[in-house]
Amino acid sequence: MLAKDIVQAIQAEPLSIWNNNLLNKDYSMAFASDLMSDALAMIQNYPESTILITGLCNSQVLRTAEMLDIEMIIFVRGKKLPEESLEIAAEMGFNIFTTEYTMYETCGILFGKGLGGIRGSHTS
Amino acid sequence: MAVILHEEFKVERNDYSNAGKISSRVKDFLKQIGVNPKTLRRIAVACYEAEINLVIHSDGGMVYMDVMDDGSIQLTFEDVGPGIPDLEKALTPGFSTASNEARNLGFGAGMGLPNIKRVSDGFDITSSPEGTTLKLSFTDRNE
Ligand SMILES: Nc1ncnc2c1ncn2[C@@H]1O[C@H](COP(=O)(O)OP(=O)(O)O)[C@@H](O)[C@H]1O
Ligand SMILES: [Mg+2]
Repeated sequence: MLAKDIVQAIQAEPLSIWNNNLLNKDYSMAFASDLMSDALAMIQNYPESTILITGLCNSQVLRTAEMLDIEMIIFVRGKKLPEESLEIAAEMGFNIFTTEYTMYETCGILFGKGLGGIRGSHTS
Repeated sequence: MAVILHEEFKVERNDYSNAGKISSRVKDFLKQIGVNPKTLRRIAVACYEAEINLVIHSDGGMVYMDVMDDGSIQLTFEDVGPGIPDLEKALTPGFSTASNEARNLGFGAGMGLPNIKRVSDGFDITSSPEGTTLKLSFTDRNE
């Protein structure tokens, strides 16, 4: 699913854009969790085509994405990063968005549109 | 086996705002010397979980990174206490004594040590009330 279509589907607002070209990139999977240990454990194989969806909003999310080489992060429930974390975000090179939808709604919408989970492709 | 690159970093107890910076530096160093991306990711994940453990569970300590002449990478995490009373329990997925503060960071799920063990090629942990030492090794390979 193209990043720009993901953004449109959940009416997400950009919080920090590192590379505009990535809006045309095709991401094949998403992983959602508020537990960074889960993200660190589960996202192993294709981080560059996986987006991270989370309700946790602090610099450890950015560190986690950095360790995993994830490019695109979506915060749910309209959460925004504190100013100092946004500065780190710009340095590290992420495209970060926020959506008003809850975690459940965000995942439901994107899954429904064909963005699969990390354990296998979406079938319906 | 000789050490060809050595770096060391200090970790302060409860220094939440800097948590992860060491792992970021380690990752940068290893990226620069051309470690394979997948190996690099395994190292980054293990290093970050272990660094967080020092911040949230220990009284502070040191992280040592050694690159050996055979291309393998060793990470050593040495803290000054309070130690882990029951190592077997600590290694059980889901076991955690993390504070609420640590949980607010997104840690404390009790998955750190099991994750570290899974992604590393060598894993050795010893602990006493004087401190815990975790030694990890990684073989760089075209995974
Ligand atoms: N460096 C350390 N010093 C003291 N206790 C530790 C250390 N590392 C881990 N532990 C203990 O082992 C438990 C399990 O660690 P871990 O698997 O990383 O889970 P978590 O950090 O999420 O609690 C911790 O909750 C803590 O009790
Ligand atoms: Mg831990």
